[in-house]
Amino acid sequence: MSYLPLTSSDRGAMLASLGLKDIEELFRSIPKSIRSKEYDLPLPASELELVNELEALAAQNRTSKTTLSFLGAGCYDHYVPAIIPHLISRGEFLTAYTPYQPEASQGLLQTIYEYQSLITALTGMDVSNASHYDGATSVAEAVLVSIHHTQRKKVLLARTLHPDYRQVIATYLKGGDGEIKEIPFDKATGSIDTAALYKELSNDVAAVVVSTPNFFGVMEDLEGLAERVHESGALFIVSSHPLSLGLFRTPREWGADFACGEGQPLGLGLNFGGPLLGYFAATNEFMRKIPGRIVGLTKDNRGQRAFVLTLQTREQHIRRERAASNICSNEALCALTASIYLSALGKCGLERIARLNLERVQYLKEKIKKLKHFSFYFSSTNFNECLIKCPTGPKKILDALRGQGIIGGLDVSSYYPEFPDGLLVCVTETKTKGDIDKFVDLLSKV
Amino acid sequence: MYQVPTQSLTMDEKLIFEKSKPGKEGCSLPREGMVSSGLESGIPPSLKRTAPPVLPEVSEPEIVRHFTNLSRCNMGVDTNFYPLGSCTMKYNPRVNETIAQLSGFRDIHPLQPADTTQGMLKLLYELERHLSLICGMERFTLQPAAGAHGELCGMMLVRAYHKKHGNGKRKKVIVPDSSHGTNPASAALFGFEVVVVPSNERGRVDRGTLDRVLNDETACLMMTNPNTLGLFEDEIVPIAKLTHERGGLLYYDGANLNACLGKVRPGDMGFDIVHLNLHKTFSTPHGGGGPGSGPVGVSKEIVRFLPSPLIAFNKGCYTLEDSSPDSIGRLKLFHGNIGVLVRAYAYIRSMGSAGLAQASEDAVLSANYLRNKISKAYDVPYNDFCMHEFVASAARQNLKGVHAGDIAKRLIDYGFHPPTVYFPLIVKEALMIEPTETEPKETLERFIEAMLAIAKEAEENPDIVKKAPHTTVVGRCDEVLAAREPTLCYQAPK
Repeated sequence: MSYLPLTSSDRGAMLASLGLKDIEELFRSIPKSIRSKEYDLPLPASELELVNELEALAAQNRTSKTTLSFLGAGCYDHYVPAIIPHLISRGEFLTAYTPYQPEASQGLLQTIYEYQSLITALTGMDVSNASHYDGATSVAEAVLVSIHHTQRKKVLLARTLHPDYRQVIATYLKGGDGEIKEIPFDKATGSIDTAALYKELSNDVAAVVVSTPNFFGVMEDLEGLAERVHESGALFIVSSHPLSLGLFRTPREWGADFACGEGQPLGLGLNFGGPLLGYFAATNEFMRKIPGRIVGLTKDNRGQRAFVLTLQTREQHIRRERAASNICSNEALCALTASIYLSALGKCGLERIARLNLERVQYLKEKIKKLKHFSFYFSSTNFNECLIKCPTGPKKILDALRGQGIIGGLDVSSYYPEFPDGLLVCVTETKTKGDIDKFVDLLSKV
Repeated sequence: MYQVPTQSLTMDEKLIFEKSKPGKEGCSLPREGMVSSGLESGIPPSLKRTAPPVLPEVSEPEIVRHFTNLSRCNMGVDTNFYPLGSCTMKYNPRVNETIAQLSGFRDIHPLQPADTTQGMLKLLYELERHLSLICGMERFTLQPAAGAHGELCGMMLVRAYHKKHGNGKRKKVIVPDSSHGTNPASAALFGFEVVVVPSNERGRVDRGTLDRVLNDETACLMMTNPNTLGLFEDEIVPIAKLTHERGGLLYYDGANLNACLGKVRPGDMGFDIVHLNLHKTFSTPHGGGGPGSGPVGVSKEIVRFLPSPLIAFNKGCYTLEDSSPDSIGRLKLFHGNIGVLVRAYAYIRSMGSAGLAQASEDAVLSANYLRNKISKAYDVPYNDFCMHEFVASAARQNLKGVHAGDIAKRLIDYGFHPPTVYFPLIVKEALMIEPTETEPKETLERFIEAMLAIAKEAEENPDIVKKAPHTTVVGRCDEVLAAREPTLCYQAPK
């Protein structure tokens, strides 16, 4: 076995040094009654066989490179610059553990510090952690922090928040006596119904969660929300598509206490939906309450600038059952990916890529408006995704598009029964004018 | 005047922000021009960001050099022996990286129709079967993103199970004092009350104490086996029996499974719920702190509570299906850390049954070899045959004012990543050492020499150890200062 460097003579010599003859003597503390026999696994594959076998499996999947796809809904097909796979494959990053020993891990620690700096710049918040599992778990932990901080139980979720986010929050809350109330949306704009929200804002509300763009791709206007939320004593959690922040107002500008969401658009690629990257940022007030790793600046004994994991008394390895969270491994390599991506985009690139997404969805909307049988549920500004009203249930349309080799988007009827004809379509910078023309042309013929 | 650096490899003091210069670009983007009228007019002013974010402006060659040079200020398994106890820092096979980067796995969307992702679903289905076989469990969910996320999932399953059986008052989770910090943290995060039981003089869970604390309020007992002292809990069979008799469930923290492959399965030990760390036992790279993957396996009685969705195989077709109405619900977005799962599958296929057993044998043999040699100069509090790791103590060196942490830092000068220090908490001045099976004997010998040399230094010249490391790009870092005056992100000069 090529991954195992010990030779049989090494093994013999090592056993002899322990005064043993048989390796089994080292396993004698395992009761005989529960000892395993061989596993009924397939015979081991050589590297060549393995590659052939898995290339064959990979070939059974249709990919975004070979199939025109308009799926978004929480996982976005943004272009991954070529430098990213090269840099994140550096073994010194890839094969390191969490940087517990700063003197042997300055490289990683600096990249995490840079990541935290980039996320705070992007969201306008004061502090960021080193990453969370994904957007949904990041929001769910912000909700838990809010419940703990306010000592209140009720959580208000915009019904326009991604349905899977709402489900994950519900799962996380089952351990305590947290209670979820969903806030409806305005049928004309697809944005949160502020009157309904204000009616629910009472002195038992811990947090309000809104995303912008929301699940329908609609940019929410959150003017005035934060004041009302804060007046009631609740905390405000805003989740944004990170690239939209090149043009649109930041969570901080909306008055958020926490900015939490999905960082997958920042160079991670699709990967069948994982690994993802939960970003988690907050105002200074919550610096000592946020979950996860945090890297801070310090000095070494030679007077140089250095980076270390810090505020560790929040964490499980120090505080055990009194920790702020149980999180240990997070998504460090994905955070590094996001750092490289944002550094490459830079100040101007971020705005430019946001504009590319915006112009594509505007172009798509203009084209669809000209079709006789298609329309939109909402009059609103979209970032790179929009909800189209089809003349029939979307299944028929999706099937017809599939016949032409196109994955036409997401049928939202199972998430939102009130939109039986709703098709959620996403266009990122990877879509060309020709792609969109082809899509709309096929719609017109369905 | 140009100063010749004294070290060829030095820490570049600059942050990427400090290399920024207006007008530089790090990537090229397509031109705009799809819509004729001004884009901006499509955005109501109330929605517009008022000032652009302060992102760096750096060219592509500078970015590549920046991150490449940062990587050179970092130890990984690729560069150094990394005996970090309980973390199983084994070699990460490169072919698995190649496979995870195949377009057919990398460029697929999680919401694609199942008939366009049959190869992916088949791999995940097979991986679930392999893990079930290796652990002796009925089924696995592949959703949890990390070990601690798996533990949280486990706690949710425990609660759902007791609720279903009308035992809502079972609110207590028992953990040994040697447990990983995530165990009590996961239990507490999900609203359980944590009860800590002490280890006995043999470094194992004390059955007598367990007998006293297990009662009708007990939801579950969390154990790591072998435990964090590297010792097999040899009374696991009667412990499991007792726990089940009192109505509790038994949870297996799989962080130390690398000792057990081909030798013993958690299911056969009597565990009801198991989490694995694929980034430990199953060789996927840890990435400097994730992405990991923490699949959770369960016994037959608990399958109905698993999170949604699960992978099903019907009439020749693989699909994602919602689990039963008793499911705990959705645990994260989509289907798990797929890139990690693909690597773990490739690892199992490469190793096969005999290869996995050989891996555990070599890991255990290497740990015992180190323990035996190192115990000449260091205390080893529970000096019995260990499994894949052992815990030494710097108590002897402490008499000269040298701490476990100092020895760890001095090891860096000798070219080794330090072991885990000050854990488990029940050993004073703990040095927790896990060599794994992927180190040659020659490396083990060099590590032993370094440990013995440091012990000698501690006797004769303790200052050199106390002030270590001396050869790194930065010296001993002031962690107290960092926490007292937190600076957590770059502030642009005004």
